[in-house]
Amino acid sequence: MRHIISILMENESGALSRVSGLFSARGYNIEALTVAPTEDPSVSRMTLVTNGTEQIIEQITKQLNKLIDVIKLLDLTQDSHIEREHMLIKVRATGSAREEVKRMADIFRGTVVDVTDASYIIELTGAPDKLDAFIDTLGPKLVLETVRSGPLAIARGGRRLAI
Amino acid sequence: MSSTPHGEPITGAEIFVRSLQAQGVKHLFGYPGGAVLHIYDALYKQDQIEHILVRHEQAAVHAAEGYAKSTDMPGVVLVTSGPGATNAVTGIADAYMDSVPLVVFTGQVPLPLIGNDAFQEVDTIGITRPCVKHNFLVKDVRDLAATIKKAFYIATSGRPGPVVVDIPKDVTAHRCVFEYPETVEVRSYNPNVKGHPGQIKRAVDLILSAKRPMIYTGGGIILDHAAAELTEFARLLGYPVTNTLMGLGGFPASDKLSVGMLGMHGTYEANMGMHHSDVLIAIGARFDDRVTGNIEKFCPHAKIVHVDIDPASISKNVKVDIPIVGGVKSVLTDLIEVLKATSERPDADALAAWWEQIDEWRSADCLRFDRAAEVIKPQFVVETLWKLTGGDAFVTSDVGQHQMWAAQYYPFDKPNRWINSGGLGTMGFGLPSAMGVQFAHPDATVCTITGEGSIQMNIQELSTCLQYHLPLKILNLNNGYLGMVRQWQEFFYQGRYAMSYMESLPDFVKLAEAYGHVGMQIEKPGDVEGAIREALAMKDRLVFMNFLTDPTENVYPMIPAGAGQNEMILI
Ligand SMILES: Cc1ncc(C[n+]2csc(CCOP(=O)(O)OP(=O)(O)O)c2C)c(N)n1
Repeated sequence: MRHIISILMENESGALSRVSGLFSARGYNIEALTVAPTEDPSVSRMTLVTNGTEQIIEQITKQLNKLIDVIKLLDLTQDSHIEREHMLIKVRATGSAREEVKRMADIFRGTVVDVTDASYIIELTGAPDKLDAFIDTLGPKLVLETVRSGPLAIARGGRRLAI
Repeated sequence: MSSTPHGEPITGAEIFVRSLQAQGVKHLFGYPGGAVLHIYDALYKQDQIEHILVRHEQAAVHAAEGYAKSTDMPGVVLVTSGPGATNAVTGIADAYMDSVPLVVFTGQVPLPLIGNDAFQEVDTIGITRPCVKHNFLVKDVRDLAATIKKAFYIATSGRPGPVVVDIPKDVTAHRCVFEYPETVEVRSYNPNVKGHPGQIKRAVDLILSAKRPMIYTGGGIILDHAAAELTEFARLLGYPVTNTLMGLGGFPASDKLSVGMLGMHGTYEANMGMHHSDVLIAIGARFDDRVTGNIEKFCPHAKIVHVDIDPASISKNVKVDIPIVGGVKSVLTDLIEVLKATSERPDADALAAWWEQIDEWRSADCLRFDRAAEVIKPQFVVETLWKLTGGDAFVTSDVGQHQMWAAQYYPFDKPNRWINSGGLGTMGFGLPSAMGVQFAHPDATVCTITGEGSIQMNIQELSTCLQYHLPLKILNLNNGYLGMVRQWQEFFYQGRYAMSYMESLPDFVKLAEAYGHVGMQIEKPGDVEGAIREALAMKDRLVFMNFLTDPTENVYPMIPAGAGQNEMILI
């Protein structure tokens, strides 16, 4: 099953490689990973998407907790949470496709942020499956290039991951 | 608090030395080189810390491991950058697998050169990351003392392990005011020592309900110095106790409750007892594959209580029913208290029937060997050593058949006496680790049981032994083969002995003599006892005993790979 694990860790050089090294050494999957400093610059927050059986996920969280640089973590999948991913997508925009692409962007609440004779760059935010759907809808003929942030996630309501 | 008087700035090298002094370090195992020369100069000017010069950095780490494993002190190592650090890696990995508290200092090229492929530069932090509990690169002399304090704290608390501190050369030249912190706090690291009271109560209920109980303990008992608590706990219940290779001595082997070691070369009674148990009480052990055999067939009837300081060890290989995260000493103390407070007792009839069954397994006498043989049986050598040392020596070993024979035929009654490389299985561990033990226990009898393959992996340390007058007793069970490899080739490769024959062996007697020690060659069973006696009597000399042992002897009993604990091959 897919799990999103949020991790607060010391913002130290090398901390990221401890996490990625752990995953490769123990044969765990990383589907996506984002990391940036928090409001407290000494702390980074990492959002990691992985998958595995319950037993593997339990080991992953335990092994992560064992890393000295990891301060706290939360498996967001256990409870309701909000998940958003950001995408910039460069799309072919020539001939009849020009109008069509613009209309699709509107439907998906995307914003065109760059325009040339032949292409658009569209900015789109949403749950990862919405971004997938947008790419699928445009199809491989129109999609020239994509860049995705990987999901960000936060627990709903009072549950928080903070020091 | 330790600090420089009048707040006068001193160099990083001096801070290093002062920090170690403040930490109470008495012995430092190491080897010099360019990146650590400032530190060696600072060490030269003091006499509180004794630096031991080994002949290879791997040996420095193993010596520090022997030191730590036989005491309650961490081992401390200092090596130079580049090859010094890479040579140390095997030892560091070894310490990581066996949870040995070590602080290993590595020199590094000066900060401005890092990343430039400078002379003797390696990414020590990167190379050691997967085999340390934690590591630090010190980038500012002002962080040095606090980092050292943290390193010792992390290495010795929770589940112990090696911590590497990488120090660039220029940091050891920079100056700042020295102040060694009295306390240390790492916000992201708070090992949980005390077990959860609710879990402890649940565990006691399950433990008392057992009809076929088994107490299975590992290196955690040794590391947490909990042998006395374990012994009280087991005797209170009257339950059988089995120890892992790492846990030998954690419960007195001579106690009638002891069923010996379990696992691949454990006793028949221990493994059968495990397999048929209905309640398994695992304490400070980690369900290693050499213990469980085929995991699918492991303890099919047992409900399992597992006590361990490391949550990640719990339910990693085997799903347990009652996990208790905590230090084994603390949890055992609590278990004993709850047991004493309750009026419930174990089911005496069930227990009597269980012991009857265990005694039947015992009667298979799985450790018997041919005592009338014309050649020296390795088991006989170990047994004789045990007899002549009153079972009270420190014994280190290398890796192979001799290691198993040492574990089987030298039953330990005390903890911290049996020093071996369990997790990583590092040939070359025996001699240097014995040096560390002897430094920690200068007056004790320290023996190394080794093989002609393993001993050659760190034989150069015979020179260190001469320099420091370490009167080790080395028992080389020389079967002319990489015996453990040969055994597997005999069993599983139809006797195709690829590369397991040690040709062109040196004359070990002459070799020992060349290094300035006493060498002995023993070729007949009748000479074994006399030779060991004579060697033990030479209190101030290292004696290298080269026993020509049966080249075809195998280690029995054995659980073949893929088999369950109830599928042992007896002799
Ligand atoms: C550094 C290292 N290399 C290889 C091995 C694999 N290995 C395990 S036991 C063994 C043979 C050991 O031979 P010896 O020291 O003569 O002991 P014996 O088994 O004959 O008692 C080998 C090669 C190892 N454990 N460690």
